[in-house]
Amino acid sequence: MSKLFSNENKAAFTNPLNMDNPVTVQVLGICSALAVTSQLKPAIVMGLSVTVITAFSNVIISLLRKTIPNRIRIIVQLVVVAALVTIVSQLLKAYVYDVSVQLSVYVGLIITNCILMGRLEAFAMQNGPWPSFLDGIGNGLGYAAILVIVGFVRELLGFGTLLGFQIIPQSWYVVNGGWYMNNGMMVMPAMSLIIVGCVIWAHRSINKEKK
Amino acid sequence: MNPIKKLFDNIHPYVEEGGKFHAFRSLVDGFETFAFVPNTTSRVGSVNIHDAIDSKRIMSFVVIALLPALLFGMFNVGYQNALACGGDMTDYVGMFLYGLLAVLPKIIVSYVVGLGIEFVVAQWKNEEIQEGYLVSGIIIPMIVPVTCPLWMLAVAVAFSVILAKEIFGGTGMNIFNPALIARAFLFFSYPTAMTGDATVWVAQDTIFGLGYKATDAYTAATPLGEAAVAGFQGFTPETIQDAVIGLVPGCIGETSVIAIALGGLLLLYTGIASWKIMLSVFVGGAATGYLMQALGLTEIQWYEQLVLGGFAFGAVFMATDPVTSCRTECGKYVYGLLIGFIAVLVRVLNPGYPEGMMLAILLLNLFASLIDYCFVQSNINMRAKRVSKK
Repeated sequence: MSKLFSNENKAAFTNPLNMDNPVTVQVLGICSALAVTSQLKPAIVMGLSVTVITAFSNVIISLLRKTIPNRIRIIVQLVVVAALVTIVSQLLKAYVYDVSVQLSVYVGLIITNCILMGRLEAFAMQNGPWPSFLDGIGNGLGYAAILVIVGFVRELLGFGTLLGFQIIPQSWYVVNGGWYMNNGMMVMPAMSLIIVGCVIWAHRSINKEKK
Repeated sequence: MNPIKKLFDNIHPYVEEGGKFHAFRSLVDGFETFAFVPNTTSRVGSVNIHDAIDSKRIMSFVVIALLPALLFGMFNVGYQNALACGGDMTDYVGMFLYGLLAVLPKIIVSYVVGLGIEFVVAQWKNEEIQEGYLVSGIIIPMIVPVTCPLWMLAVAVAFSVILAKEIFGGTGMNIFNPALIARAFLFFSYPTAMTGDATVWVAQDTIFGLGYKATDAYTAATPLGEAAVAGFQGFTPETIQDAVIGLVPGCIGETSVIAIALGGLLLLYTGIASWKIMLSVFVGGAATGYLMQALGLTEIQWYEQLVLGGFAFGAVFMATDPVTSCRTECGKYVYGLLIGFIAVLVRVLNPGYPEGMMLAILLLNLFASLIDYCFVQSNINMRAKRVSKK
């Protein structure tokens, strides 16, 4: 048991959450972070999907790593990821159809997510299944955390809601005689790039001493 | 001795290192260098060239140059209000006072928020207070509609000062004109409050008993807004005459070409703004306007493009910003021509945006350093060839 949670394994899980975050430090997976974060719910679903897919594709590739011929490894990795993405996509369609419609092509595009390929190439090809699983979960959650932060800010300021519930009182709005107006730029992807930039700024300021 | 000078000399000991009110050092510094030329000069680097005036004095000249447009803008706010509500059209003093009361809070909010952030940053980084916001602070209220709510203005100012200026290293380091970033932020974030259903251009309510209250929501499109509507047949000479004088609906400071020209002359006379940029913006806009009209894409004559909307204001005060424009002399022509070209192109070809000046200047801000690079590099290549021939 102690071996399962050795320091190395712990590091494989916790590093991507903070010091080696795939979005804010490695700046990977930005396209989907811009595209699906206009509301909190799709951001959460997307983050979880990527977490699951990264974790299990890491495990599968890690199990196969000694048998995969080096020259066709990318193709093999893609097949594994594509299979998992298809499963997740079908599950989303079955159980959370509205979110799956909102996410549209971006679920399918998880296949091309740089985080996935990066983890498979850089970690799963060299490590055993259990560390690879932790690494996949860690990276997925690190990605999901940023998505949730961005989605939180964008939905709150862009729509005045969180997960569909009205947070900013209706009586504040101009149409109801108040003074407030939703920020239209928050709904556009351009603003999420600025928010990601601000998150990176904050992250770097906090971790300035550690580097 | 000058009493203001004496005051600063008295305050000084308190804000020095270890003094009682050290936290306000940058604030005092800021106001002192605004009032007097500092007796210290930069010692960074090995060679420094010092002009007789420092950048705070340059900023002050730009603010003075903006005053005619601002004062006329205030008058126009009152004029439009009276026109909309059927008020007394001969009460010029009343109109101006109304406009003053409508515009003054915006200027105060803009300066308090913008300078507040600048002072905090200067104190935090233990740097000198930067003077750049003096000009942006007065330009921002001039390029928004009179009905723009104060909280929106405050958010936009905070956004532009932090994300368009401080993040790049402060005054002189910014890629984009901070005033235009503030406007762009408002334009894309709160489109209904910036252009909306054309009720935004005219103040609809009384202020402290001055002005008139519109009985119904009064709509008045800017001339460019009218031109964007289908079935537009061209402007009457009266509209153009009003646009030159400045008696049309529009953002507070942008309407009067005459007032802007006065400010422009001061900028050119003092050599603060580059005549090359100013001229080439107008040439680019006129040529493109002529072409568009000749191609039958628009009913707006080429000279009308130059006097309507924010074209003149942008050309005189925004495009010539020495920080964000081109530095090379040839580059200035290219920069200006492209601004004029794109501004008119957006106006004519994009039905969603009747006004294109802001977008054109921001786009060219982005390309200014690239244009400079090309000219510097071609010059280097030319000289290198000359050397190798010998």
